[in-house]
Order: sequence, then C-alpha cells, then structure tokens
Amino acid sequence: MGERDKPDVLIVGAGHNGLVAACYLARAGLKVQVLERNPYVGGAAVSRKLYGDFTYSNCSYVCSLLRPEIMRALELPRHGLQIIPYDGGCTMMRDGGHLALYDNHDALRREIARHSKRDAEAYDRYARDVIRQCKFIKPLLMREPPDPTSFKPRDIRELLYLGGHFQRLGEQRMYDTLRFWTMSAADFLDEYFESEIVKAHMAGSAIIGTALGPRSPGTAYVLLHHYMGDIDDTVGAWGFARGGMGAVTRALAASLQASGGTIRTSAVVERILVRNGRSVGVALADGEEIDAKLVLSNMDVKRTFLDTVDAKELPTDFLRQVRNFKIRGSSGKLNIALDGLPSFPAIPVGSPSTRGDMHVTDTIEMMERAYDDWKEGTWSRAPYIDMLIPSQIDPTMAPDGKHYMSVFVQYCPYQLASGPWDAAKRKAFGDTVIDTIGQHSPDFKSLILHAEVRTPFDIENEVGLTEGNIFQGELTFDQLLFNRPIPGYSQYRTPLKGLYLCGSSTHPGGGVMGAPGANAARAVLRDLGREAA
Amino acid sequence: MSAAIPRRAAFDCIVVGGGHNGLTCAAYLARAGRRVLVLEALERLGGAATTREFAPGFRVSAGAHLLHQMPARLIDELQLERHGLRWAAEAMPTAALSTEMAPLLMRGDTIEGPVSSADATAFREFKAQMGRFAAVLNPMLDSMPPRLGTDRWRDRLNLLGVGWRIRRLGRRDMRELLRIAGMNAYDLLTEHFSSALLQGTLGLDAVLGSNFGPRAPGTVMTLLYRMAAEHGAGARGLALPAGGLGAVSDALAAAAREAGAEIRLAAPVARVSVENDRISGVVLESGEMIRASSVISSADPKRSLLGLLGAEHLDTSFVRRVHHLRTRGLAAKLHLALDARPQFTNLPVAAHGARLLIAPSLDYIERAFNHSKYGEFSKAPALEVTLPTASDLSLASAGQHVLSAIVHYAPYELRGGWPQHSQAFTTAIIDTLEQYAPGLHSLVRASEVLAPPDIEREFRINGGHWHHADLALDQFFAVRPVPGATQHRTPMEGFFLCGAGCHPGGGVMGIAGRNAARQVIAAGAHA
Repeated sequence: MGERDKPDVLIVGAGHNGLVAACYLARAGLKVQVLERNPYVGGAAVSRKLYGDFTYSNCSYVCSLLRPEIMRALELPRHGLQIIPYDGGCTMMRDGGHLALYDNHDALRREIARHSKRDAEAYDRYARDVIRQCKFIKPLLMREPPDPTSFKPRDIRELLYLGGHFQRLGEQRMYDTLRFWTMSAADFLDEYFESEIVKAHMAGSAIIGTALGPRSPGTAYVLLHHYMGDIDDTVGAWGFARGGMGAVTRALAASLQASGGTIRTSAVVERILVRNGRSVGVALADGEEIDAKLVLSNMDVKRTFLDTVDAKELPTDFLRQVRNFKIRGSSGKLNIALDGLPSFPAIPVGSPSTRGDMHVTDTIEMMERAYDDWKEGTWSRAPYIDMLIPSQIDPTMAPDGKHYMSVFVQYCPYQLASGPWDAAKRKAFGDTVIDTIGQHSPDFKSLILHAEVRTPFDIENEVGLTEGNIFQGELTFDQLLFNRPIPGYSQYRTPLKGLYLCGSSTHPGGGVMGAPGANAARAVLRDLGREAA
Repeated sequence: MSAAIPRRAAFDCIVVGGGHNGLTCAAYLARAGRRVLVLEALERLGGAATTREFAPGFRVSAGAHLLHQMPARLIDELQLERHGLRWAAEAMPTAALSTEMAPLLMRGDTIEGPVSSADATAFREFKAQMGRFAAVLNPMLDSMPPRLGTDRWRDRLNLLGVGWRIRRLGRRDMRELLRIAGMNAYDLLTEHFSSALLQGTLGLDAVLGSNFGPRAPGTVMTLLYRMAAEHGAGARGLALPAGGLGAVSDALAAAAREAGAEIRLAAPVARVSVENDRISGVVLESGEMIRASSVISSADPKRSLLGLLGAEHLDTSFVRRVHHLRTRGLAAKLHLALDARPQFTNLPVAAHGARLLIAPSLDYIERAFNHSKYGEFSKAPALEVTLPTASDLSLASAGQHVLSAIVHYAPYELRGGWPQHSQAFTTAIIDTLEQYAPGLHSLVRASEVLAPPDIEREFRINGGHWHHADLALDQFFAVRPVPGATQHRTPMEGFFLCGAGCHPGGGVMGIAGRNAARQVIAAGAHA
C-alpha cells in the first residue's frame, strides 16, 4: 500500500457497529479502512451457508433495534436491506395449552382473555406504560452520555438535557420511570398480570443475553431494551432481515464502499500500535503494520485493552476497571436445517403464531430455575429458548419445502463447572435443547438434517466476543449510560489519544442497534472539528 | 380547615402503634408542645424492638436483636440514657465462622484471622472507601427525600444537596459510587477480595433484611444503606442494650411520657375517622372515638392506608401502588434456650460477645436464597447469631444461655404451609449451627422460630418484613413507600406515616419517627 493510500481511520472489526462507524466517517470525507479477521464481514450479524443450500443467521437472528435514523442516513434499503416484520409469537405450555401473540389487537385481547380476563384488560395498560418508557429512553440512545463528574460545558449541557428530559415526564411518570429502571421483570409484570403463562411469555425479553434471572432487579430495563425497536414506526416490532442477518452488514458494507471506504477481510489485528500515548495504527498477525491517524475498535472493551493494546501504555487504574467490566457468557445458539416444517400440536393449525418467536417456558419459575443452573456452572436443564423459523417468511433461507430454524438458548455458561467445553459436552448441550423442543413437537427430531450448536465458548472463538456475550457487556446499572463501559470513558474515547471504541461495550449497548457505531463516529468527527455528513 | 376540628379534642396528635418509630415520633411531637396520645394494640410497647420470655427463665430480644443504626444524635436528643438505657455491649466485633478454618474477627477496618495480606489490605481500603460513601449518604437517611418534578424550592434544593455531597467526594470516589450504587454485592466483593469467607461475611451484611441474594443488582445499595446508618450510630457501633431491645422502647416511652405524651396499651385502632375530607381522629376496636387533628401511623403502609384509612378514600391508581408494594419478609428469627454456654469451634470464649456470622461464601448465601424463590426455606441457611447472655446476665439464670439468630431465608408463603414444616425448619437451622458449634444440640432446652407469618402475627406487621416494605431500589428513597405517600404524608390531609415503611426504613433506627414528627409540625405550622 502506497503512502498516498494511507487511511485516515482504521476500524478493527467489521461487525455492524464497526461498519456503521465506518460509513459515517467515510461519508464525512475520511479515508476509512475496515479490518476484519474473519474471511467474511458481519461480526455477529452474518448469514452463513454451513449446510447445503441453507442460510443460517448463525449469531443474531432477528432485527428491530437497528435505529431507523441510521437506516435512512446510510441508505441501507437502497443497498439491499429489507426488513420483513413478522407477526405473532407463542409460548407452548407443558400441559398442551398455549398462549399466542397476535399483531391484531382484538385477536390478542381475546387470546389473553382465554387465560385471564383481567390480564386482557391489563395488557393495554402494560403496552402503554412500556411504550412510554421506550419513548423516554429513545432520544438518549443516539446521544453521548454525559460525565457527571465533569465541569466541561458539553457535559453540563448534556446533564441538564437529561435532567430536563426526565423532568418533562411530570411527577408521577418520573416515579414510574425510576421504578421501572430498577425493578425486576417479575415484579414489574406482577403489577399487571396474574396469569403465569402471560407473565412467562413477556419475561423472555428480560433475560435474553443477560446473566440475570427474571427476578433480578434491573431486568425490567433489559425487557425494555428489547422493546426499543421500531419497524415502520411500530414500537416493539421485530422482523427478519431478508436473506438473514448478514443482509444488514452486507448493506452496510455496500454503503461503505459506495462512499469510498474499503474493507479487508482475513486481516487479523494483533496489536494496536501506540507511540507517545497515541495510537498510530495497527500490526497484523502476519507482521504487516498499517499506519493511521485514528483507530476505532469494534471489539469489546476487554478484547481491545487486555489483548490488543500493550498494558504498559495504559493507566493501571483503567486496566483494573477493564478487568472488572462484566461480560458474561450466558447464551447459546442452535441453527438447525429441517427437512420440513415441524408440527406443534399445541398450536392450532393455521395460526400465524408459529411464524414468529416460539417459546416453551411457561412459568417465571422455570426461567428462574434455568438461571440457577447457570449460576452453578451448567447449562439450563430446562432452558429458555427463543426459536424462529424464518424460512416460512423468507424463502431465500432454505431450499423449497425445507426450513431453517434459529434457536437462541438461555442459559449456557462460558465456563462449565465440570471443566472446559469439548465436543461431547457441546453435543450434550445441543441434545438438551433439541429434547426440549422435541417435547413440544413430535416430528421435530426426525426432521433435523443438520444442527450447528454454538456455546458461548464457540461464539467467543469465532466472532471474537468475550465470553460470547451478545451485548459486549452486561446491561446492568453499573454498566449503563455514563458507566458504560468504564466510568469516565463513556464517550467512545479512551485513555489513548486517537483510539476510540465503537462496539456494543459502549452506550447504549448491543442488540444490532448500530447506535454505538454512529455515536462513536460523531465523537470522532467532533474531535476532528468536523460535523457528521 | 382547622375550624372543622372541634375545640374539645383532647389531643393534637394520635400516634397509632407503640413501636420504636411510633414512640420516637410521639416523643418529638410532645417535646414540640403537641398534646400526643399513643395507642398500642398490644399489652406491651415496643413493637419489634421488644424483650420477652420465650422459655421459662429465658428472655430474648424477640424482634431486632442488635442496636446499630439508631443515630447517636437521637439517643442524645431524647436523653435515652437518662431514661434508663444502658449498654451490655458496645462496639461489638464481628466474627465470621467457618467449619474449615479459624474465624475471621473484624473490628472497624482491621481483620484478624486466616486471610492473605492482600485481602487484609483490601479490607482496610474497602472499609475506608465505603466509610467515605457512608458519610456522604448518611444525611440522605436523615433528611426527607425530595419529591420529584415539583416546583417547590425545598425539594429542588434537597435534590441539589444530594448531588453536591456526592460531587464533593472527588472525581474518583464519585465515579466509583455511581458505578456501584446499582451493582450487586457478589460482583463488588469478588472484585475486592479473594477469601470466600470474607466475601460471604460482607455479602451477608448486604442482604440481611432484604429479599435478595447477593447476585441481585441493588444489593450494594443495601450494603451502603446499612453502612450509612451505622455511620450515624457513631462509635457505639453494634450494641446490645442491657435487658435487650425492649430497653430501647422503654427508654423511648419514658422520654415521650416525660415530654407529656400519653400512652394507652391494649387499645387497638379499628380505623381513622374522616370528616370533610380530613382526618378527625381514630375509632378504636372498642368503638370509642378519639379526636385529633393529626393521626400518625407507625403501622405498615398497607395496614395504614388500606386498613386504617381505607381504599374508599383513595384514588384507584394510588391504591394499586399500595397493593403492589412488596411487603413479604424473607428473614426468620431463631431463639434457643441453652443449658450451658455453647462452644464454637476455634472461637475463643472472649469472642462470644461478638456478632457471629454464618455465611462461608457468597455462593452459600445465593444457594440459600435459591430455595426461597420457590417457596422453600433454606436447607443451609445464612445466619447472624448473637449470644446476648455472653454480655448480659439478666436474660437467663446463671450458667444458662440464650442464642438469638436472624435466619435467611424463609419465605412468607411456604410450599406446604408453615405449620407442617416449621419443625423441619428449626431442625435445619440447629443442624447448621451444630456444624459450627458441635454439641449445641444437646444444650437446647427450648427453641422458638419466628417465620414471617409469626412475625406478622406477633408484631402486627403485614407480611412479617422487618422493614415493613422490602428495601429495594424501586422501593427506596423518593419512591418509598409509594409515590403519593412519600415525605410521611398521605393523600388524606392530617394522616401521616411514621413507620419503617417510610424512608429510610426499619432496623430500629428511629429516623422515620423523628422525620415524621418534623413533617407533622411543619404541616401544622402551615395549617
């Protein structure tokens, strides 16, 4: 590479946030190069062909949190991204019953009323309150959290904005918000619903990706985090990316290339080079060094600072806090190729509810016990699963007549109490999940053509996420807003000049939202004295 | 408004309930010149700060068993020592018991026993930092939490004051406080220490009296809360009043009486009476009506608002909030009458006067907690044990001893019911103790376990929670007990709350009672 081609900005990792940041910076006229260690782009938003003509969204699997302003600004639809909303969802019960969720409000009320008339009444109140909280938080997603210890005008202005934003809720809703942020999902749901199945279905969002149980305080916020999506302005709606989650990062890559940015795959960054307290480029595993004015790391905060930056370049106090940052592996994933559509006897034939997210955990207690197993260092014996068959809606995912099933599994530890993960344990984990599904679908097992089983350990090794944590760090109070990832470094900047973080370890966290990438790009441009394009 | 109250009312204020907060409130009101009547349902005063005989010749602090959170200032202001309060033990150390090694003995910021020097240093630093936080947070316990979103300058100043005090900690401490305030004790303690026994011991302090295990976010807040309250208690630290906790109530009653308050026992209140949308007094279960312009209830919020006042006087949304208040206790109390002094392995007799903790690791507490989530009692419970007779000979005959323990966890609603399983629970606790004090079994002459339903019955606390309402972030400070009933006021004019359900909670602190009195006086000044 000639001196003239020397990039202004190197981005380590072509995950969706790295690409989002790259796009914004390229659009602002910077010469941007993204380095990806895998031979393909996408990080944890990928579509992979691992068996026949099946496409697996083998990490993240549904889409809704991607900020609409990012979609618009980066023209992702024009670059091929199409989100297909799905309606419905269901939880199958151990006694053969079920709860279906429908988009149609009347149908939904009738369905909930089947389990509890009171809950059907309460549902509207629940939806209204949740949407209200989402509306409160949404404007905060695309802003830099202020440093409450700082006297800089910008921080004070942002703090006042936060205060004002909160104040505008009015007294009663301020209390509601305060409580909402600090409650457990179980307590929160108890304030609305009486039926176990309704509560269990709703509580699922509160534990996905999280090393907490539904009774742990703070999980009401996680629930909200998963409601923050909007597709076509429907709050809380979820959809499939046509062609799998890789379509999101493919569109981002196309958008980046259209703005003149470049991507190098199979480029393993081994070190971020630091000279005089300033990052000056990176060294690749094959010895090549690439200079750049700025480096953005899409890796999580631990991987960035504990594995890629020389410890002697960093303040000890900072390193200690990085070590203390909680990134916990708590989720596994199965990707299954099916010879046909499995039957689910609990669900009436023709119900749209099997076209959405399906679950088999029918009480909060089951979820809580699943968490207890994780605490003891084993995968849940009766795991919470979030399974979808996207090929019903997006035929590109599987050959005709065949289907792709994505199964997200909570909880699965990164480190087993019984020793390191190996092939036999991985298989046993997979079998636990398959048996769990099999209890609700008699023909399921016989339809399996191929199953990819991914433990947190596998996800870490392949995707690079520490402990395989899908959010690049727990979404607990001590790691949100100005505490994320490290108090004092919540504004995408790091102790090293010229080095920025742009991954989900930063505010507002994970979920294929793209907000960290966009916010990081904005911080970079401000430091360069430029405004975002 | 005050014209609605007939002149013939003999009292300005009626305090419902003669627990420590009710008596504290009454004492302060009487000292401020109010004509005060305290109505206690039972034949005895003190609520859950009481001493009673639980086996022939054996007396024990039946509810709270240590005094460590009552502000030294309150004790001085009410001159409780002049009113008879004496100390059997002060500044008690804490001993963390282990079946595998010698106990850890903690006194202030020093630690003796089998810990690494790194842990001992970390302990000193941890105590120092938490001490700085406690000093900053203590005034928050003492003062009225602000109402949010009001235009009142007092509330705004109060909020700013909180922010300012935190800011004055300096950047490093402030950042750490903001980080850990919502964190879980499990993570915080594993960040600091490597000894499982030390982690467990400090973890137990974080969950004592709460409804959580150490992995629950918010448990650092309960730890900070405890330390902030203890900061106010000053050098006396963990203390045993001579004659048990009942002595505190007796001294409070004496202080209230001296200031002019009248106290009636066996006078259960059926309801408060409302005239012209305002409190006009109370009606006793006997049917007797007693008039007063203010009624201050030290009963728990549910009993106060839904029982004494009644949902018919309240908005639906407010009533819903009160219903949702989590008030079920998760702690039980064990009392053992012992024929001789028990022998704890490796614990010198000189340390028997310490607070003894059985929580050998954080995982031990978390596992104990797991059971409670499913309506079971802990098979291997975590315990805070005191041997009051090691310091106070008045509680049993010579040579005999009393063991008192707070037991975590015991759910209010036990699967299969408490009556059927109470004996099994007692056995599980004594078996646990036996591992640390071999031979204990054979010394037990009598035992008593108070599970939350027993606490509910004996102390008339809905749900049997010693804080009346669970201490959790969503039921704390500006939202305690529920929005609309903060700052000791209720939606009904003239009706106030002064119990543990209010900020800052229970734990024989007395602050709720003291703050409520201030609020009643302030309200009267405006009327």
